[in-house]
Amino acid sequence: MLIHFRPALILLLLFTIVTGVVYPLAITGVAQVALPAQANGSMIEQDGRIVGSSLIGQSFASPRYFHGRPSAAGQNGYDASSSSGSNLGPTSKALAERIKSDVEKAKAENGLSGPVPADLVTASGSGLDPGVSPASAHAQISRVARERSLPEADVRALVDHSIQPRLLGLIGEPRVNVLALNMALDAMK
Amino acid sequence: MTFNGWMQIALFCAIVLALARPLGGFLTRVYAGERTFLHPVLAPVERGFYLLAGVRCEAEQGWRSYAVAMLAFNLLGFLLVYGALRLQGALPLNPQGFAGVTPDLALNTAVSFVTNTNWQSYGGEATMSYGSQMWALTVQNFLSAATGMALAVALIRGFARRSAKEIGNFWTDLTRSILYVLLPLCVVLALVYVAMGVPQTLQPYVTAKTLEGADQTIALGPVASQLAIKMLGTNGGGFFNANSAHPFENPSALANLVQMVSIFAVGAALTNVFGRMVGDERQGWAILGAMGALFLAGVAMVYWAEAGANPIHAALGLDPAGGNMEGKEVRFGIALSALFAVITTAASCGAVIAMHDSFSAIGGMIPMVNMQLGEVIVGGVGAGLYGVLLFAIVAVFVAGLMVGRTPEYVGKKIEGREVKLTMLALLCSPAATLLALGVASVSPLGLAGLQESGPHGFSEMLYATTSAAANNGSAFAGLTANSPFWNVLLAAGMMIGRFALIVPMLAVAGSLAAKGKVPPSAGTFPTYGTLFVGLLGGVILIVGGLTYFPALTLGPVADAFATAAGTTY
Repeated sequence: MLIHFRPALILLLLFTIVTGVVYPLAITGVAQVALPAQANGSMIEQDGRIVGSSLIGQSFASPRYFHGRPSAAGQNGYDASSSSGSNLGPTSKALAERIKSDVEKAKAENGLSGPVPADLVTASGSGLDPGVSPASAHAQISRVARERSLPEADVRALVDHSIQPRLLGLIGEPRVNVLALNMALDAMK
Repeated sequence: MTFNGWMQIALFCAIVLALARPLGGFLTRVYAGERTFLHPVLAPVERGFYLLAGVRCEAEQGWRSYAVAMLAFNLLGFLLVYGALRLQGALPLNPQGFAGVTPDLALNTAVSFVTNTNWQSYGGEATMSYGSQMWALTVQNFLSAATGMALAVALIRGFARRSAKEIGNFWTDLTRSILYVLLPLCVVLALVYVAMGVPQTLQPYVTAKTLEGADQTIALGPVASQLAIKMLGTNGGGFFNANSAHPFENPSALANLVQMVSIFAVGAALTNVFGRMVGDERQGWAILGAMGALFLAGVAMVYWAEAGANPIHAALGLDPAGGNMEGKEVRFGIALSALFAVITTAASCGAVIAMHDSFSAIGGMIPMVNMQLGEVIVGGVGAGLYGVLLFAIVAVFVAGLMVGRTPEYVGKKIEGREVKLTMLALLCSPAATLLALGVASVSPLGLAGLQESGPHGFSEMLYATTSAAANNGSAFAGLTANSPFWNVLLAAGMMIGRFALIVPMLAVAGSLAAKGKVPPSAGTFPTYGTLFVGLLGGVILIVGGLTYFPALTLGPVADAFATAAGTTY
């Protein structure tokens, strides 16, 4: 055991320096010089202040905005310093009750008659999902157009323009970035 | 299930298969000490390390010495992580001013990262300073992965050598794993991740003013450098609480593809290393074939289960065509979330892009079964290969019993000593899982952590003890595991699941190395054909799976019936 002590201790210290200090600091240095926007969280500035990150969802409650998904991050949702899913299971009564109330709310505010798109009434894994499915965005068009007194066709065109397709038509799922869509909406008037 | 979903799954499999042989060739050269294209730069560093540490790289070790060196190294690593976490409040790179970690959580976390489990009883962005993430956690991501790779190579040498006393040198196997394999790949991957949007900064968290005028504090950090090794080393411990579901830890489907491939790359390549070192690459492909068959069966079941809607939710007016989206991200959708869940539990990674606790009963059961099979479907880097080779020993033993001949595997006679040690190694993880589950089930302290009642609550406990003893680290995260009871119980499970398997495994390696090679004869059972692939897959399912059948019946199976009946708890 003792003859192994010296190599164990020295290699542990050397690798701690190499992989725990030099490696992350070197990556940080290169990233900050070569890719500063991404390395600092892809923040979006508007009029000189940060309104959010293009990768991180935020809470939208006003009927004038497109809404994202329910969020279990933090106390009030979309807390980007406390990411979390609901972790509620398939037979959870709490989950069934939450979905019931979200379905009723989505139907009432958007005037929907049929079933509600699944992602619009389910919480994401991170609680910070920046996207909704194209179906969820489409379901909200008439409400947003009405609230903003905009022609529905214009809002629909904006939504369709905002759909990010699968990469090469193959990888990932089509989606709409809710923050980007709402910023484009604000810029429309 | 959609055509596109299956095409994405096929694309992933094709990339992993295409990488296995070239990477396997590279790894074989590295562990043999031969020159590679990295040697002009890194060979002086390697020699310098040996000089400082007093390691003579040509001096090889027998299995006992190899085991003691590995244990000493891991013990010191544990102490370093424990100390660094306890003293976090006094150490630098702590812009959020987090306090030192509590003793039970520091114990659990140190064991967790040293054993390559990366079970996390904490939420990263609310507990760990940037410094702790770097010099405590990232370091162990490298070291525990390199330990696993070294051990796998030691076992392969047991099969490959004839009449030898030594199985290699732990210090050189460890050092080479990091310097020539993990670190160079991580440098490239980390920068690729930054380019795709993963943050890499030491600045404090940023507070944004949202469009609706609220404050949103956005956690940041040196994420990319940790993410690269978290995946490549099948560690799986997230920088953030939501792990790779967090948009900063997995910004796009392309980043997700790179992450999925990194989880399997080294493990799949090691099957090829095995084939090359025993002198017949077909032996490696047969093992990868058995892994692949079990993997695809798992993917199909989870994808099918998650693509269907929960009837309880569909009855409330949720569109069933969208599948089970609770706990999943829109940019990944159903197919990728299902695929990732199987990858992360087949390998002993434990990273998640969707919350397994919110999967359907069957969709959540398959990840559990993957872990319970011993994580030998590709498996953790190194750990998967030495695990599956133990199952291969059992498989040829069973075949030998059927025809009444002494079993052989890649030219080695498998005798009583090896089979006993193999069974000892294979049974320690189920014992740790089920004993811990039993203790938790009858303890008020155990039950206090449950979020769910009914069968799903039992599943949360079963998943936790399985994940710990299998060194996976993913969770049914509704369980609140940050209590002294769960922290200590799961730490014990992780220790047993790692080291109680490794020591008898190294004894098998030593025992095999000492044997001569038996030339193949007409009576030798060929271990590269489809018959062996089927036998190996069957043995893994029977030995690994049946052990847990009663527990699975009480948890996910009962949960599936409850879902179908519309019962909620």
